This record gives sequence, C-alpha cells and structure tokens, in this order.
Amino acid sequence: MPRRDPHETLIPERDKDKTPAIECIGLGIDFGGLTAVDDFNFTLGRTEIAGLIGPNGAGKTTVFNLLTKVYQPTRGRMLLEGRDTKNMTTAQANRAGIARTFQNIRLFKELTVLDNVLIGLHNEIHVNLAQAILRLPSYWRCERVARERAMDLLSIFDMTGVADKKAGSLPYGAQRRLEIVRALATNPTLLLLDEPAAGMNPSETSELMENIRKIRDMFQISILLIEHDMNLVMGICEGIAVLNYGRIIAKGTPEEIKSDPDVIEAYLGKKGH
Amino acid sequence: MIKQARDIPTPVKYLINLALFIIFLVVVNSMIASKTISGYYTKVIMLIGINIILAVSLNLATGYLGQLPLGHAGFMAVGAYSSAIFMKAASALPMFIALPLGLMIGGTVAGIFGFIIGIPALRLRGDYLAIITLGFGEIIRVILLNIDSVLGFNLTYGAASLKNIPKTTTFLGTFICVFIVCYVIHTMMKSRHGRAILSIRENEIAAESCGIKTTYYKTMAFVMSAFFAGVAGSLYAGYLGILNPSNFGFMKSIEILVMVVLGGMGSMIGSVISATVLTALPELLRAFADYRMVAYSLLLIAVMIFKPSGLMGTYDFSLSRLLGKGLSRLPARNASPARKGDDR
Amino acid sequence: MSTVISQIFNGLQSGSVYALVALGYSMVYGIIMLLNFAHGDIIMVGAYVAWIMIAKAGLPPAVGVVAAVVGCTLLGITIEKVAYAPLRKSPRLSLLITAIGISFFLENLAQLVMGAGAKSMPEIVSGPGLSFAGANISFVAMVTIVVAVISMVLLTILVQRTKMGKAMRAVSEDMDSARLMGISVNRTISFTFALGSALAGIGAVLYSCAYPQASPTMGSMLGLKAFVAAVLGGIGSIPGAMIGGFAIGLLEAFVSAVGLSVWKEGAVFAILILVLLIKPTGIMGRVITEKV
Repeated sequence: MPRRDPHETLIPERDKDKTPAIECIGLGIDFGGLTAVDDFNFTLGRTEIAGLIGPNGAGKTTVFNLLTKVYQPTRGRMLLEGRDTKNMTTAQANRAGIARTFQNIRLFKELTVLDNVLIGLHNEIHVNLAQAILRLPSYWRCERVARERAMDLLSIFDMTGVADKKAGSLPYGAQRRLEIVRALATNPTLLLLDEPAAGMNPSETSELMENIRKIRDMFQISILLIEHDMNLVMGICEGIAVLNYGRIIAKGTPEEIKSDPDVIEAYLGKKGH
Repeated sequence: MIKQARDIPTPVKYLINLALFIIFLVVVNSMIASKTISGYYTKVIMLIGINIILAVSLNLATGYLGQLPLGHAGFMAVGAYSSAIFMKAASALPMFIALPLGLMIGGTVAGIFGFIIGIPALRLRGDYLAIITLGFGEIIRVILLNIDSVLGFNLTYGAASLKNIPKTTTFLGTFICVFIVCYVIHTMMKSRHGRAILSIRENEIAAESCGIKTTYYKTMAFVMSAFFAGVAGSLYAGYLGILNPSNFGFMKSIEILVMVVLGGMGSMIGSVISATVLTALPELLRAFADYRMVAYSLLLIAVMIFKPSGLMGTYDFSLSRLLGKGLSRLPARNASPARKGDDR
Repeated sequence: MSTVISQIFNGLQSGSVYALVALGYSMVYGIIMLLNFAHGDIIMVGAYVAWIMIAKAGLPPAVGVVAAVVGCTLLGITIEKVAYAPLRKSPRLSLLITAIGISFFLENLAQLVMGAGAKSMPEIVSGPGLSFAGANISFVAMVTIVVAVISMVLLTILVQRTKMGKAMRAVSEDMDSARLMGISVNRTISFTFALGSALAGIGAVLYSCAYPQASPTMGSMLGLKAFVAAVLGGIGSIPGAMIGGFAIGLLEAFVSAVGLSVWKEGAVFAILILVLLIKPTGIMGRVITEKV
C-alpha cells in the first residue's frame, strides 16, 4: 500500500466543500528548551471522527492542550473554522467551538449531575446578574429552558435518572459519560475526547462507540479522540494520526495505519531488539 | 430525576419567607421598643447581625469561590472609616437619605479596594491569595494609623480613634441589611453566575474549558464579598460610634473565618448560625471571655481534623422546603406536577 | 557614610533572623506545600522558653539557648504529628486553615499563661563592639550575623550531602515516588519540621538578643516578614530564603533610616505584592505548573 505524506489532509469526501473544523499548520510547543510537540499539521473535516494515537508520552494530551489553549503554541498557527485562534484563552476557545473531556476526569464533583451540565450550558443561558437577583420572569424562563435542554442532553446517555446525584458519587464509566454530556452542552463544533474508553469493559466500550457515532450524527460535529483501545479507534475513526516524540509519524485510514511499518516500530520497538 | 416531592409554588415560597422575616422584625422590634429586650441584649443582637453579614460575605469568597482571603477585616475597616467620615460630614442630611448613602459608600469603597487587590491576587494560586490579602489587611491598618501625618490634616485620627460618629445603626436597619445581603447572595448562587462561581471552586481548568471566564467570576465574587464586608463595617461604625485601627487587625479576620469554617464552608445557613452562636455565647458567658480565643482556635483545628465540612456541610436550609416536605407527607390531593427549574 | 554602614549592619542583623525563619517556611512549603502559619509563633514560644530558663530559673544563658532550640524543635514535631499529619490527604485549604488555627492557638495560649504584657529578656551575649569605617557595630549584631551564616552553611551541607537531605529532596520532588523508593515519608516530613523549628529556635534567641523582650504576639509579625522573605527569594528554595531574608532586613533598615519607620511594615507587604505580581516564583523559585 502506498504510504501517505504525514502532512497530507484526510478530510472525508462529504466534508471537502466545507471549511475544516480545525486546521493546524506547523503547530509546536517547547517547555523550557524541550520540544513537546513539533510540526503538527492536521486538518479535520466538519463531520469527521478522527483518532490521535501514539505511545505514552508521545504528546497527545499536549496537542489537546494546545487545541484548547491551555497552552499557547510556541510556533505555528491554528484555524478554527477558518478563524485564527491566536491569543485566545481556554474560555474563548470553548466559546469559539472547542469542547473537551479530560484524561483524568475533571468533573465538578461536589455538584449535582444536572448542575454539571448546566455549567456546560453557561454561555447558552442569557440572564444578567440583575435579572437573576430580582428573579424577573426572564430568569425563570431561561432557567426552565436550560434545565430542559440539560435533561435532553443527559438522556443521550440515559442519565436523567441520576440528575440529582452528586457527580463525584457516580461510577467511573458514568463520570466519563457525564464529561461528554457537559462538553456537548457548550454547543461545540469540535469535540475532543481524551481516552473516553479508559477503564471501561468491552461491552461499555462498544456502547460508547455507538454513542460517539450517534453524537456526531445528531449534532453534526467533528470529533477527535485520543485512545489506547485499538478496537475503538479502528472501529469508528475515519482518519488516524500517529504521534511519536511529539511528531506525526503517520496518517491514514485505519487499514493503512495497521500496516504502517513506522507505527509498528513506534509501538513494538525496532525489529531485532 | 428532579425532586418529585410536592413543591410549593415558588412565588408562595418567597412570600412565606418574606412574611416570616417581617414577623421576626416586627416582634423583636416591638420587644426592644417596650424594653422587654434590654438595651444590652439589643446591642448583642445588633452585633450578631453585623457578624452574620461578615460571615455570609466571607463565605461567598471562601465557601463558594474556594479562595481564602485573610483580609476581610481590612475591607470591613475601609468600609467603616469611609462611611464614618461621610456620616460625620453629612450630619445636615436627613437620616433616611444619609443612612443608606453611608452604607452604599462604605460598601462601594470596600468593593473598589476589593477590585484593586483582587485583580492581581486572583491570578495567583490559593495560598498566595491568602498571604496577599493578609498583607493587604496589614497595610490598611498601617495606613489608617499613619495617614494623617502624610495628609497634613486629621482624617482617621490614627491611634487616637475616630470619635463622635453618629450612632445610626439600629436593630431594624441592621437586620434589613442582613436580609438583603443574604437574599442577594442566595439568588445569585442559584443562577448561572453562582454556578460559574461554584465550578471555579470545584475545578478551575474544567470551568475554563466550559467557556467560563474564570477571572471575571472570581473577581466578581471577590468584589461582592468585599462590598458586603464594607457594608458590615459601615454598620459597625454606626454601632460603636468610635473607630480605632486596632479593631480591624488580623485577629478580626480570623474570627470571621472561624465563623465560616465552623458553620461549614459553602453553607449560608451554617454561617448565619455559627455567627449567631459565636457572637452570643461569649457575650452571655462573660466569665469565659479569657478563654474565648483559645477555644476558638482549638475549635478551628478540631473542625478541620474531625469534620472538615463544618457543622452544616454544604447543606442549605430553607423553610419553604421544610414546609414542602411536611406537605408531601400528607395524602396527595390534586397533586401538582413536579416543577422543573424550581428554586430550592 | 558611617550611618550607611551602620544601617547596613542593622539590616544584616535583622535580615539574619528573617533568613533563619524564612528557611523554615521554605523547607516546609517545599515538602508538603503548606504555608506553615504557626512557624512565627514557634519563635515566640522559643523566646519564652529562653526567658523562663534565664530570667525565672536563673540558669546560665547557654542553658537557655539550648532549651529554646530543643523546645522549638519538639514543638515543631508535635504540631506536625498532631495537627498536620491527619490532614495529609485533605484539601490544601483545610491544611492552611489548621495552620492558622495552630498559630492562633499558640498566641492566645501564651497570652493566657504568660499574660499579655512583654517580659524583658536579660542579656544573653555581651562583648565589645567594633568600629568600622567610623560606624559602631555592636557585638550582638556580629554574633547574630555569624551564627546565622554558620547555621545556613550547615543546613546546606545537611541537605546536599547527607542521606536524610537526599530523602528530603526526594519527598519534596514527588512524595509518592519517594515512598515507592523505600523512603519513610513521615519520618522525612518530621525531620523537616524539626530542622525548620530548630532554625526558628536559633532565630528566637538571636531575635531576643536584638530586641530583649518576649510577648505573645512577637512571632506573628516576625513570621509574616520572614514569610515575605521566603516568597521574595522563591519559596521552596534554600538559598532563596537566605537572599530574601537579607533583602527584607536591608529594606527595613533603609526605610527606617530615611525616617519612615512607621511605614516599614507597609513597605515589606508592598514588596510582597509587587513580587507576586511581577515574578510570583520569586528570585530563585521554580515554576510549578498543574498537569492537565
């Protein structure tokens, strides 16, 4: 099979005529002289599901932190639906359309499941402080609409029954699902999932795969995920980028990646060792 | 699911709470007027009110926002002095104008200071904020002591005390302020603004990635907390009639913190109860006064080690919910459907 | 010129005490990320111990000095075991509030037991002063500076060269990994507290030489200034604490020298705020970023 150039884009046919969800051009970051990510060129179609894989410490989460502006890149540019994201804060990047989940779950543990989703809906609720304190009708209306919306979102994962429970009291898998719901509540165009299947059993994982597809179809958004579970990655990703030592070493469809010698080497080490 | 208990319609809840509060005001006020409550106890009750405002406002920054400002007495001092200076100058104004204006000035000046100190301090991690606000409190005290020599005229009278402040603080005035402060904080916390503040306490990075402008909300909560501390300071000035910078030392900040921690960080009713108890007890048990501070500090340590959530945890008490629970035990007659979006 | 030199020595003298106390803050912060608010009050207890031994019991000053250092060390270990160790897994806010509680407790207990008034401390060391470029430098100032410098040199050797020092550095780097390497984390933390408190004990004695008084609240302002010194130098850094201590001492001396002594505390805290705004990691500090 012909090898693809790591700089090539892999947008699926159906997204070719739309502005890409995200376009990274030569993105790189150094930490005190140490290059964590370098020459990261990556384009994601508007409704594409893509995977970012690579050995531990390859810089995958750093890429997510760059995309969400937790870190500002040392080099390169990043366009979100064609807009430059230079100098954006994390909050601004979110409002511009990037939502994420975290590898080490970061829920608002002491708050209820419903409140977690309502916080995700923060920028969708248009109530100012005076309206809220004076409890004007607009406050009640907005709160009601937001709660209904939150319950709708929770119903995607069948979580309406635990809306009143503390987020921290949920089982591990449910916490991961709640993080996805919370991210969706911010009305993103690009959803970043950092190891969504970590700690899940095979049946939960296959359910998750279904749900990721369902989310893409329902919301018409693009999804980029970091995952170690190869069944999940190969099962739902249309394009895959492989990262090693902070650089993309291969890009392609799941079939191409499976047989790529560089990828095999990155994962299994050089032959004869 | 949203609570299925039969809820009382929200406007009725508000009316019940308001009615209960007015009854409380009228009853206590008439008892004071008829001297059923002695002048001494009236003073204790007013002090309780002032301390409730201090504790509830610090709870906003500590319990809800999750920061640890140690300069609350500094904001109180700024409010107390600015309002006292205004009240002394504005003796010609009728009371119903001067009094609210004095409170607003006290609160606003403290709020401005909160903004000035909050903008840089809130950029830093929690324990640095504690130190920076502590430093701020000390600087305020030093300034109040020595500013006259810089200005060349008497403004604060330094260690000689600011005297003859009109004693305008009354039971009624104090508790109307208590009500307004509690109401404003409560309603804010149950809106998107309040949820944003809580999300910062829970996980700042996640809050940021949910599109919440964390710096904005941190500053907002911090300034609000300072504002109300300033209001409490104004009431305190009108209560004592005399101000000395030593009233507002580090110890005062700690005393307020003890109230918040003991009541349970993040529980408004906890702050109210512990402010009440910790103000009333030492006043009622005068013999105990020498041991008060030692007991406070032991209490603080013990609570942290054995029950870090405080006595009330994050539980928010509400009379109407209690009534609602009582009603839901009754056999259901034309049960109203569960309401979404109800305030608790 | 002579006043400048004598002010420099004044600054170095109080700076020595700040530096010794700042080291305690810095080491404890480095190891368990706690601002040990009670650290300043340990000095106060040390001063009272010295006062009881020398003024009350009439023992020779040397005994008082040893008792103060031993007393501070034991107090430091006890505080850590009783109040901080149970909270090792708690949120940082709880630990910080506990530290404030301990500080508050020690001050008020001292007030209850010893009375609110200051006790005057008898002379601990005496000797001839020195004339240098027209300025008179007191014997106490020279002793203070020399003792502080020797203590700091010994501390540096201890941390850099000994097994326990290596354990301290390992625990402050990563507590869990250190535990997996077979280092007794609890013992290392106790040792750190002991070391910091012993330095505070030395600081207490030196401070009592300069300002021969013991009072319940003497530790709070001294502690706060030493803390500012630790932040200025870069909290967690041993050389930073020393530099910060001397810098704060000199700053105070010069503010007083130009006739603004009532503002000297204000100046110290203004420095703190400026440092935190411009370079929150201090002069020698490292950047600690949260892993996302």
